[in-house]
Amino acid sequence: MHLELSGLTKSFGSLVANDQIDLVISPGEIHCLLGENGAGKSTLMNMLYGLLQPDSGEIVIDGEKVAITSPSDAIKHRIGMVHQHFMLVPVFTVAENIMLGRENTHPGGVLDRKKANALVTELSERYGFEVNPEAMVEDIPVGVQQRVEIIKALTNDARVLILDEPTAVLTPAEIDELIAVMRQLKENGTSIVFITHKLKEVKAIADKITVIRRGKVVGQAEPSASEEELAELMVGRAVDLVVDKEPAQPGEPVLRIEGLTVIDERGFTAVDGVDLEVRAGEILAVAGVQGNGQTELAEALLGLTPIAAGRISLDGKDLTGVTTRQRLDAGIGYIPEDRGHDGFVGSFSVAENLVLDLFRREPFGKGLRLRTDEIEKNANERIEEFDIRTQGADLPVSSLSGGNQQKVVLARELSRPVKLLVASQPTRGVDVGSIEFLHTRIVKERDQGTAVLIVSTELDEIAALSDRVAVMYRGKVVGVVPSDTPRDELGLMMAGVPRTEAHEVAIENPTTLGTI
Amino acid sequence: MSESIKTAETRLAPAPASIEGPAERVRRLRVGGLMLVFALIGLGLGIGTNGGKATFQLVSGDLENNLVGIPAQPVAILLGALGLLAAVAYVMRRVPTKYAGWLAAVLGVCFIGAFLCWAAAGKVFPLANQFQGTLNFATPLILGALAGVLCERAGVINIAIEGQFLVGAFTAAVVASTTGSAVAALIAAALTGVLMASLLAVFSIKYLVNQVVLGVVLVVFASGITGYLFDQFLQEDSANLNTLDVLSAVKIPLLGDIPFFGPILFQQTVLVYLTYIAVALVTFVLFQTRWGLRVRAVGEHPKAADTVGIKVKRVRYSAVLWAGVLAGLGGAFFTVGYAGSFSKGMTAGNGFIALAALIMGRWHPIGAMVAALFFGFATQLQSQLQIIQTPIPGELLLMAPYLATIIAVAGLVGRVRAPKADGEPYVTE
Repeated sequence: MHLELSGLTKSFGSLVANDQIDLVISPGEIHCLLGENGAGKSTLMNMLYGLLQPDSGEIVIDGEKVAITSPSDAIKHRIGMVHQHFMLVPVFTVAENIMLGRENTHPGGVLDRKKANALVTELSERYGFEVNPEAMVEDIPVGVQQRVEIIKALTNDARVLILDEPTAVLTPAEIDELIAVMRQLKENGTSIVFITHKLKEVKAIADKITVIRRGKVVGQAEPSASEEELAELMVGRAVDLVVDKEPAQPGEPVLRIEGLTVIDERGFTAVDGVDLEVRAGEILAVAGVQGNGQTELAEALLGLTPIAAGRISLDGKDLTGVTTRQRLDAGIGYIPEDRGHDGFVGSFSVAENLVLDLFRREPFGKGLRLRTDEIEKNANERIEEFDIRTQGADLPVSSLSGGNQQKVVLARELSRPVKLLVASQPTRGVDVGSIEFLHTRIVKERDQGTAVLIVSTELDEIAALSDRVAVMYRGKVVGVVPSDTPRDELGLMMAGVPRTEAHEVAIENPTTLGTI
Repeated sequence: MSESIKTAETRLAPAPASIEGPAERVRRLRVGGLMLVFALIGLGLGIGTNGGKATFQLVSGDLENNLVGIPAQPVAILLGALGLLAAVAYVMRRVPTKYAGWLAAVLGVCFIGAFLCWAAAGKVFPLANQFQGTLNFATPLILGALAGVLCERAGVINIAIEGQFLVGAFTAAVVASTTGSAVAALIAAALTGVLMASLLAVFSIKYLVNQVVLGVVLVVFASGITGYLFDQFLQEDSANLNTLDVLSAVKIPLLGDIPFFGPILFQQTVLVYLTYIAVALVTFVLFQTRWGLRVRAVGEHPKAADTVGIKVKRVRYSAVLWAGVLAGLGGAFFTVGYAGSFSKGMTAGNGFIALAALIMGRWHPIGAMVAALFFGFATQLQSQLQIIQTPIPGELLLMAPYLATIIAVAGLVGRVRAPKADGEPYVTE
């Protein structure tokens, strides 16, 4: 199928998310759409899939102009999409999710579950997926959920398959499996649009690369281009991909975690007897595929989630069971995983958010009164110091870009004397410019003697920041390894393979991304 | 690469039974504490029971035959002790978590048994009446709760069941009085139920009005309009407009002849049989048909439904409107099924109790039915006890079903999971 987008434009209020975008997808090609967070890739694909309506421009399939006003139109034109946030009903079985919207029924609208199960089994065998049609989606790992999404698109006979940031939730080995599936689809003549901001993946997979920056197509590139060239095209200036960082000078242990166990709401052991130690002046990164207990670990450190067993101490002081406020006062800074949800109050101004956990103390609070002049003064200083790009301190934080929102959170947390900084996914959904700033600032904090605990699912980030890496799998720490551990070895550990074994297996089985 | 790595799953392992999460522990102690209180009250009642026999009447109205007498005090103490055993076993975690719910059920039955022995000691307790009345009170509750299940499974909160009851009851009364046809009355009630539902649907699905506020407004509206029409017309001419024959009971052959339960369950009005059918039908439709799958999908994850080409709003409309049929029929029960005439505000908060039954029944038709039966039982028990004159003041007993509702909804239902998108309007950009 030959797909052509010409002059697609979409604005939200004053923001032009897509500006006159032209794109040609030829049959059987893997076309990478490369761009930073917020560049407008997802907006473009949502228009192609009928979830958004373009303000102007047209979509042409095999020489014929088509109107796609809803996902059912897209499905009809044999366009399939695997969304970044999976479009699966968690309380449905795999088969129910796959038949939804295209159910086979007996007379009277009664579901033909047998047929659905058979279809899932057949497709999962053909592509080497191991998917149980009767498993509940919420109980299966994200990697398998993604396969369910792919099967969903395939059952609709998609000729163009859009994959929106598909690798974010996968281990390197799983990424390899995904690449194999993509190649197999390509051989069958299916075109694939692969959306990503990760340069390594683009180079490994793409036949063609289109780069989008600030809603515009800024150029095409060949997969043979270097990462530096791609980054420059994507960001619009030369980018330093490596964080400048001296070797760590670790001091005394600051954070001690012993036998920490957390049971989640559903009664599963999210964190399972974890022992960790973070020293002053070092960055310990917790690596792992999303959903292996890292989130709960960070929340337990802050007292945001109750613990079932174990001890947490900071500078020798026992923090187990004390309130979150007491932990903050004891010197923990915290960057939550979902900043929009837990990191700030979106409708509050930048200035207010910058004192969200400081307003009780002098000089911001005095008696019952808030000292607005001090709050404003503080805001202006922080905006300057952290390079927060905003039109003013009185604007709501929700109007800022993701990167600048994150700078507000970091600035606030570092406004207090901090012994330990816990940062969950510090650069998720953040543009490259802000990533550079945030990384540099975190390293600076380390160099001042703060103990830093980073939770990240991005191996690039872990390689850039960490001094030591703790790999988590199913709530347990599989091993703590040096930061220069090869990517493949980390990837295997993220799948639960013990360190010694991972070392050998990684050498015998190099993955595509690990060898670039 | 070795096979074990390829299939490695990142699913979290279920917590071993020996480790209990803090939230579960709190819940166990809280529920267990409540169970202990009830068990001790039950045992106390047993000890405090007067000597003599408690007599239970097995056939309604028959004071001569079919009476069963039991020694009240020993039985009550036995039941009380059994209940205490169940409560202690729960608190001490002596049975697998899977079966812990049964302990609560055992305690419940023992408590009620002990209570009945205590209340009926030296008297005659009309047991057949108790069950008959349970069904009477429960029928509209079941229909209302089923309506709620359909709406909320599709993602629309329906606080307006009470309002749908009222207009259903009113219309049924007027149509039955004027036409003399029960069938016409039921159809009319169902249609007005749908009319109310369409208001709920349009304002919540199309105009995105806050569904809780909207529901309350609709209840006030229904009570206002039925009250106004009642004052203006029905009272003036109640002989023609508000006098009707209550549906007569129809005995189902064979089933109706089963001793004790036969007359209670199978010598009932058409409306009660419709209710049985509705429970089965809603359960089947919701979990076995295409429409049901789509309803549940739009209530859990509307965007996912949208991306596979399902018209989210259309499915929600259909669910809310069908629910209107059930709620309207539930309303009709108050007049054509029971009272024989309409009076202002006669549904008396039953729509809200139906809502409680829906939550206690965890958004499942069968669960909702069981909860509705429980509430019906409590209401009927209260009126029975007033008749046989127990030492407890009637006012206090009148509170019992509502108290039971609060306890049930707040504490005993456990980890409740509502449909994920319940109450969230679906907006496309």
